[in-house]
Amino acid sequence: MSAGDGFFYFFAFLTLFFGVLVVYNPFSRNPVTSAMFLVLTILSLAGLFLLLNAFFLAAVQVLVYAGAVIVLFLFVIMLLDIKEEERRKIRVISAGTGFLAVAAIAFTIISRLIWTTRPGAGLPAATVVGSTAELGTILFQKFLLPFEILSLLLLVAMVGVILLSKKDLK
Amino acid sequence: MMKVGLEHYLTVSALLFCLGLFGVIARRNLLVIYMCLELMLNAANLAFVAFSRFNNELNGQVMVFFIVTVAAAEVAVGLALIVALYRKRQTAHVEDLTSMKL
Repeated sequence: MSAGDGFFYFFAFLTLFFGVLVVYNPFSRNPVTSAMFLVLTILSLAGLFLLLNAFFLAAVQVLVYAGAVIVLFLFVIMLLDIKEEERRKIRVISAGTGFLAVAAIAFTIISRLIWTTRPGAGLPAATVVGSTAELGTILFQKFLLPFEILSLLLLVAMVGVILLSKKDLK
Repeated sequence: MMKVGLEHYLTVSALLFCLGLFGVIARRNLLVIYMCLELMLNAANLAFVAFSRFNNELNGQVMVFFIVTVAAAEVAVGLALIVALYRKRQTAHVEDLTSMKL
């Protein structure tokens, strides 16, 4: 087992472990705790991106998700001042049924996946690396139109958010 | 242990996606449901990056770049909706938000 494989198992374990703690934390049902574990999940995912040679995306993941999105979440949590979740208990039957359904989906996907790919083949040798320069080149040549549409989408989202958060919603 | 390949990354991605799906089903707080949606989006991102690495091209990574941007916009709009809803109803709990009319 090479060092890269060891890092894969390390980051994969961390990702799933923190992911479980986002969804179900036995010690706290506070949304702030979930948000904090979401940060850790995203950081370990950035580690997996690094192992896949996606360096720019790992940086974007840390900056945009762990930075901006989580700050937005925390801001809204503190704005709303939610404490209700602590008092309510989980419904065991509905959660158990949901768990069974999701486990069935997971089993289907993963068994399918192991049949269709050749396990143990490993990844092919890397010929392209997702550095900023290469990604920028392909983004501004091949994907120029989607990129411009995306900027329009961000504008629409900004106007929409400002409209939605006005005090008197007409 | 076998050599880490595409299927390992896709398995992690599938497990993370199902984890997020379970969170959306089981949790009752709107904000936590939103975080679980983010988990699902991130699982899809991981699958895209893994395929991109496997095929030795960058199109998958550009797709992830777009997904991250759209997710950021989606979170902003969704949280604004939650805040607007909270102002009307004083709750962020899905069981209290069962009627369609405000």
